[in-house]
Parts: sequence; C-alpha cells; structure tokens
Amino acid sequence: MAMNTQGRPSKPLHVFDAGAYDDTFSGSRGLDQAEPLIFERGHFDNCGVDLEEPKGLPTRLGGLDREGEIGVPGLSEPETMRHYVRLSRKNYAIDLGLYPLGSCTMKHNPRLNEKLARLPGFGDIHPLQPQSTVQGAFELIGELAHWLMTLTNTPAVAMSPKAGAHGELCGMMAIRAALDARGEKHRRRVLVPESAHGTNPATAVQCGFTVDEIPANEGGRVDMEAFKAKLGDDVAGIMLTNPNTCGLFERDIKEIADLIHEAGGYFYCDGANFNAIVGRVRPGDLGIDAMHINLHKTFSTPHGGGGPGSGPTVFSEALAPYAPVPYVKQDGETWTMVEHEDEARADGADPFGRMTAFHGNMGMFTRALSYMMSHGSDGLKQAAEDAVLNANYILARLKHVMTPAFDGTCMHEALFDDRFLKDTGVSTLDFAKAMIDEGYHPMTMYFPLVVHGAMLIEPTETESIGSLDRFCDTLEGLALAARSGETERFTAAPRHAPAKRLDETKAARNPVLRWTPPQDSAQAAE
Amino acid sequence: MRYLPLTPEDRQAMLKTVGVSSIDALFQDVPEAARLDGPVDLPRRATELEVERAFTRMARKNTAAGEVPFFVGAGAYKHHVPATVDHLIQRSEYLTSYTPYQPEISQGTLQTLFEFQTQVAALTGMDVANASMYDGSTSCAEAVLMACRITKRNRAVLSGNLHPHYAGATHTLAKYMDIDTVSQDAQPGSLDDIAASIDDETACVVVQNPDVFGKVHDLEPLANAAHAKGALLIAVFTEVVSLGLMKSPGAMDADIVVGEGQSLGVGLQFGGPYVGLFACRNDRNFIRNMPGRLAGETVDADGRRGFVLTLSTREQHIRRDKATSNICTNSGLMALAWTIHMTLLGQSGFSKLAQLNHERACELADRLSALPGVELVTDAFFNEFTLRLPKPAAGVVDALAKKDILAGVPASRLYRGGAFDDLLIVAATETNTEADLGAFESALKEVL
Ligand SMILES: Cc1ncc(COP(=O)(O)O)c(C=O)c1O
Repeated sequence: MAMNTQGRPSKPLHVFDAGAYDDTFSGSRGLDQAEPLIFERGHFDNCGVDLEEPKGLPTRLGGLDREGEIGVPGLSEPETMRHYVRLSRKNYAIDLGLYPLGSCTMKHNPRLNEKLARLPGFGDIHPLQPQSTVQGAFELIGELAHWLMTLTNTPAVAMSPKAGAHGELCGMMAIRAALDARGEKHRRRVLVPESAHGTNPATAVQCGFTVDEIPANEGGRVDMEAFKAKLGDDVAGIMLTNPNTCGLFERDIKEIADLIHEAGGYFYCDGANFNAIVGRVRPGDLGIDAMHINLHKTFSTPHGGGGPGSGPTVFSEALAPYAPVPYVKQDGETWTMVEHEDEARADGADPFGRMTAFHGNMGMFTRALSYMMSHGSDGLKQAAEDAVLNANYILARLKHVMTPAFDGTCMHEALFDDRFLKDTGVSTLDFAKAMIDEGYHPMTMYFPLVVHGAMLIEPTETESIGSLDRFCDTLEGLALAARSGETERFTAAPRHAPAKRLDETKAARNPVLRWTPPQDSAQAAE
Repeated sequence: MRYLPLTPEDRQAMLKTVGVSSIDALFQDVPEAARLDGPVDLPRRATELEVERAFTRMARKNTAAGEVPFFVGAGAYKHHVPATVDHLIQRSEYLTSYTPYQPEISQGTLQTLFEFQTQVAALTGMDVANASMYDGSTSCAEAVLMACRITKRNRAVLSGNLHPHYAGATHTLAKYMDIDTVSQDAQPGSLDDIAASIDDETACVVVQNPDVFGKVHDLEPLANAAHAKGALLIAVFTEVVSLGLMKSPGAMDADIVVGEGQSLGVGLQFGGPYVGLFACRNDRNFIRNMPGRLAGETVDADGRRGFVLTLSTREQHIRRDKATSNICTNSGLMALAWTIHMTLLGQSGFSKLAQLNHERACELADRLSALPGVELVTDAFFNEFTLRLPKPAAGVVDALAKKDILAGVPASRLYRGGAFDDLLIVAATETNTEADLGAFESALKEVL
C-alpha cells in the first residue's frame, strides 16, 4: 500500500471498516473503534458454538438437500463478543442520557423486568403446550388485562396485537366488523386529524376505509367546525390521538365522542400518549370505543433499537364482541385460552378473526406487569404527573429562547416550531444534529406535520431536575448561538459523533441493502 | 417510588417555574366529568422483592420446556441459545435505544440490521431482506398484500398445509382489503392440489415448507405453475433451522420468502416477541412494494462508510395512507438476537445444527412409529413429523403431560372439525437427549 508524506497508508488499512478514520493507521480513534462487517471479518468454517458431532445418518429430505455454500461466515465467541460490543458503542441509549423523542416515551427501562421475563416459567414455555401446564402464564395475562381494563375503565382487552400499529389494526377491524354486522357497508370514511401519526391513515386504509383529514385549529386541537361539517352517514368513525401529537389534551373530546356516536360512527383513540394521563383519566370515561396501549411506551418495555413492542387494545361494550382470538378466560381456579373462532362464538363472542400466530408478545406482558405492580396505582399516577411536570418545566424554561407552537401549558411533551430559527440559516434538522454534538439524542423532528419545522420534546418522568436543567441550558445555548450567527456549529454538525451526516439521498438512489463479495460489487459498479 | 427522581421539593420548585399553583392546573383541559378524584382500584406500589415473589409464584405454575422431555413445535421450537446472545442484547446501547432515525448516533443498530438482512437473504436464497416483521405469521400476511400490489390482482391461494394460524392471520389482514384468500383442504403427508386452483386472477400461491405436518416439498413445480399464470410463489417456513440442510426456497424459484426466525437467538417466550423474516427477489418493483424498514449502505460527509434506514417512501411515516404497510415498531432486538446467534454459528455451525436436528427427528420417528398402532404420516421431513395414533391425540398428549413429557401438538389443536383428531405433530431438536427419546417412547407405549 502506498504511503503518503506523513508515512501513513494513503488509504486506511481497513478500507471496508464502517466508520474507519483515515488519520490513524488502525482506522480507529481511541475508544471509537472502526469495525468491519462480519462478512469481511469471519470465515465460512469458523464457529463460535460447540456442537456435538452428527452421526452422519442418511438424510430423509426427499432429495431436497441443500447444495453449495450458504454464504454466511462465523466468528468465535470472543470475536463475536467484540464485534457486537464495538458496534454497540456507536449507539445512543436511554441509559446514556436524556432521550427526548416526542411521542416515543423513552423512559427508564427497569432491569427487574428483564430478569422476570427470563424466569424459565415465562421465558421457556411454548405457546402450544397443554393448557394445564401454563396456568401461571394465563394468570399473568389475565392479571395484566385486569390492570389495563381498570386503568382505562373498559370491559374488554385484546392482548395479541404486537405493537401500536397492530393494535390500531385490531381496533379498526373491530369497527369494520361491527359496521358489517349492522349491515352498514356504506360507512367507509374515517376522519383522521392532520396531526395524526402516519400509522393511523395507513391502518385505516388496510381496513378498507378511506381517510378524510380534519384540520387542526389555531390551538393545535381538532377544529370542531371542520369536524362537524365532515360528519355524515358514510362516516365509519374517527381516529384521534389523546393527548394529541401536539402534546395537548383534546378539550372537546367528550363532545367529539358524542357527535361521532350520534352520527353512527365509532371512536378509535390512539393511546400512544396514554402515559400522560394514567391514573388521572380513564379513556373509557371519555367515550372511546377502542384504544391501543403501547406497552413499550407507557409501561416501559424496552424499545430495543426499533422493537419489539406490544399493543393491547381495549374495547367498549359495543366493540367487545368483535375482539380477535385468542383470549384467556377464567373459570373458577382454571384458566383457558380460547383459540378458535367457533369456540369464541359458542362463548357468545363474534371475533373478527386472528391477528397473529400465537397469543401476543408475552415477553412484553411480563415486563409491563412488573412495571405496573412496582408503581402501583399511586406510583403510576405519580409517574404521569411527573411526566407532565417535566415537560412543562422544559416548556417554561425554553419558551423565551425557542418558539412554542401553541400557547399555554402542555401535557407530557412540549412542542416547538422553527420560528426562532427564522433567517438564521439553521434548520430544525441542523439544530437537531447540533444537539448530538452536545451529547443528546435529538427530539422528534418534523412531526407532527401541522407545525412548521416541528420539534417535539418528551423528557418522561424518569429525568431528574438536574438532568432537565442541563438539557435546558444546552438548548438555550444552542438557540442563542443560532441567533447570533454561529451557523457553522449547526450546518457542520454533528462533528463529535461516531459518524458525520450520512448521505441519505445516495442510499435511496442506489440502494445497497446487503453485503456482496467485493468482486461482485466491482462488477455491479461497472 | 424507585424509578422517579423528583423529590416533593423539586416538584414545588418546578411548579413555580411553570407558573402554576398545583399539578391539577396542568390537567385543566380534562373535562370535569372525566377527572378521577380518587385512586384507581389497584394495589399500591410494591418493592422489587414483592414483585419478584409474585412473579415467581406464577412462573412456578408453568412447566418450562427445559425441565422435561420436550417435543412441542408447530411454529415455535425449543433450541439452545448461547449465553453470549442474551448478554449482548441486554447491552444498554441495544436494549434502550429507539429506531435508528438519527443515523450518526445509531450506527451500531444500523450495521447489525444490515448484517441481519444479508444473512436472511443468504439463508433463504433470495436477494434482499427487510429489517424484520413482528413474526412469521404477520410476515406471511404482509407478503400476500405485497404480491397483490405487484401483480395488481386480488386473489391468493393458500395451501391447506400452511399453519392454520398463519392462514388465519393472512385471511384477517386480507379480507377488509377485498383480497380473496382461498384455503385448500389440508392433506397431511402430501401436498394439497394447489396448482389446480391457480387461475388468471391469482396474485400468489402460499405454501409452507416444511409444512405444518413436517412434510418437505419440492416447490419448483408449484413455482412453475404459478409463474405460468403470472402469479407469484410465496414460500413460508416456521423452522428456520431447516434452511441449514434443505434446498433454499430461492433455489426452488420462490418470489417472496417469509418465515419465523424464533429458533435462532429468541427462545420460546410463550409466543412472542418473535422475529418475522421477509425476503424477496431483487426487482425494483418488489423492493418498492416491500413492507417494513430497510437498512442501506451509504457514506458520511467525510466519505466514511455508514448505514441508514432507506427507501422510507414506502413507509407510513412518509407515505401515510399510501404506505405499503402500517408497520412501525418491528422486532429489532429479536433481529439482533437472531443475527448474533447466526454469527456465532456461521454456515458450518448452522448446517451442523440442522443435521443434528434432522438426525434426532429421524431416530425418534423410527422409534415411535415402531410402536403398535402408530404410523408415520410424513415420509420426508426435517425436525418435525406427524404420527397417526390409534387414539385421539389430544388425550394422549394430556396423559403424557401428566407423566411430565410434553409430547407435541395434537393436530386437533390447530384444525377443527375432527378429521385429524388422531394426528400428533412431533418436533425433535438438538436439545433432546437419548434419555428424552427413550422416555417418550416408553411413556407413549404405556398410554396407548
Ligand atoms: C402517536 C403514535 N401512534 C402510533 C404509533 C405506532 O406505534 P408502534 O410503533 O408501536 O406500532 C406511534 C409510535 O411510533 C405513535 O407515536
């Protein structure tokens, strides 16, 4: 390899290493280690698991034996450990610092919950083993269901949805089934506020509905006049987030519920923000017909870099019969799982179907119940209040230097727009990237869509006042720097992260979605 | 409360900064009639020790797979997961991070997803794979929707030997989009005549391999039949380890391959969280129509290699009502567990693991089908096979459970109507010892 005048290789030694620096021989810088892909490091014959030797019996695969290499390398255990530990250090995490992603509720993930989910009696049981051998698992599901129904004041809950969006499907399919049972096939229009999360319109369409958007009023809530004007006998229902994605409680929610019911429709509530009101407001008292609860937000199950989640969906009396299979029920001391639609019908229900192979994300149920029992009714309420207080504290501290999107106080998240950046040459994106240099994960940006250059900050209840003060001091400093013309600080950010800004356009224009051996990629480049 | 850092004094000081007199003032937008004045009727806070006791009490009522001879499969399988996997997925940086929307501080997650996608594509014999779905069954349902978008047709033919819960999840997702999902009658031991029901309106054919009874099939004739009518072949698997020994679905000309990844890294967990694997051909139209997230390679501002989530214009947060799927949160951490286990194995370990599974199943099938009145229904299989018993299988399974042997899944648990009441679906894996096989054999002899 050619050397340049400083005696360094003119290319980094490990040209393939993701994030390799070119000013060190190794490509690493101190604790910031460049790390190649396993395909560049491993060998086809390496293995980090000791397995007993097969006997070499003839196969009985009907002649369908695999031919040729699979093409995936292996690593020994120490190499595997180092590879993934090195990569892990390129991630931000709640355990490293405040993670103010609005709408995502990045709160502390208690490790007790991890421990309990791994008890063999929960972690090592099979969804189809005899029901008599999993009575404790059914009991746990029943207990969690009881907590969820009590906190929401609803008579039923479907436990199988795998995440929030899956819960939305569950709720909207129940609405579809109820309308079909009423013979009202003309009701196909669903009202969805413009501020809604993208999963809401996507869900409505997957249930065969069309989406009709309702604008927000100046206060960031549903424009009641526009809403009323859209009611009609083709309306299936409304999907409304409460508290909404602007971090505000929908003041007119009861009127909305009444009006949608009068018009013959149903009220789907997106419960992603339930964490703001647990123990203070029961959504059942607001007139909702269905609502999913993100256990991975409100009840602290870890986000795991994108999942898994769990989205139990509660139902009103009107929709309860249509809840999907399977579900658990208790008969004296014995629990059973109703797994088939005909069994459910014999049980007096009329399920719209089945959403997934088994009973839902049990591993999240154990974690969430552990979290709920730890808090208790008093602690859950306190958590909601502290979440709201923390958000308002941020709003109060920053409203003089940043521009709140709406007047007044907020619920669990504070929403700012980009007016304070006007004429600074700094965008919301730049501002967010500068936060990375300050050691923070950025807030949710450009969502909700109803606010220009939105910055949605959700601190959660698990931040101390000291942590909030440091965060506010930092944002204050950044806001002042933007206004005093330090544009570079923002447009060149992040400078202190494991990677500089990544070229997303290139990634989308010429998608490279998997590793290919070098000779192939050389050919592809020709 | 141990998770709440604010002290009463902090709260007072903060309320002052906010400019309100009490916390109630922050909830003033709640309609009066909906304000709770007292606590909800649930227990009060509990110590770590108290919670642990309550959980241990419930957990003890369950029979863990590792405690007994265990042969239950039909969509989830008992495998050994190396300790390294569970340690790594509990690293704070993986466990407590969100979806990698800020790539500069998420390269760890993004690179592991890129590696995951590459491994899934290689195993299935396909070109590209996404960054995971909820589980195998929802992957299957989403694959049908994708096939309908690609072919602009709205009829799907499902094999009767597709896991009935997969068929159920698919039927549910498809029906309100006016997609017709036609399920054939199941045929244990052979393949139902799916090819005959493919017509010019058919978007796709969905077939599981090995099927729910364990039988292995050559998919190529079916792929040809589907392609002849302009339909796609969706190949489904519930046991990913089978791909270590069997011809890949890609090699048999499948267009979309979906399945359950639970066997690697994830564990049984009573049905979830699992990890849905989703792969397809490298065709622009296919990729544009894929559901879920995709990690892709790019460079940063200094020209260094890095990874981002890409082609998001398919997804709900950009495309809203025109998205390919409503999926947002997926199964990220389980994908990480899967990819770590796969990295530890490598192809040599993976093939060996598959071989061990197959040999165990062959041995067990021979021993059990030698018992009087017991017949092996599936002649070619991987690590799961179906037996015809001289009695209803559900009763046999219960009787064996009383002897602390979890013998398999009676087909009647999956299929209603009584036709398969005498069929028992049995899985064997590397976790079964000689002693387990012997215990099963002699106990079965006793209860028959
Ligand atoms: C308001 C809102 N609704 C729905 C969802 C979807 O939830 P999930 O990601 O669990 O599918 C989210 C979170 O991403 C959300 O913030």
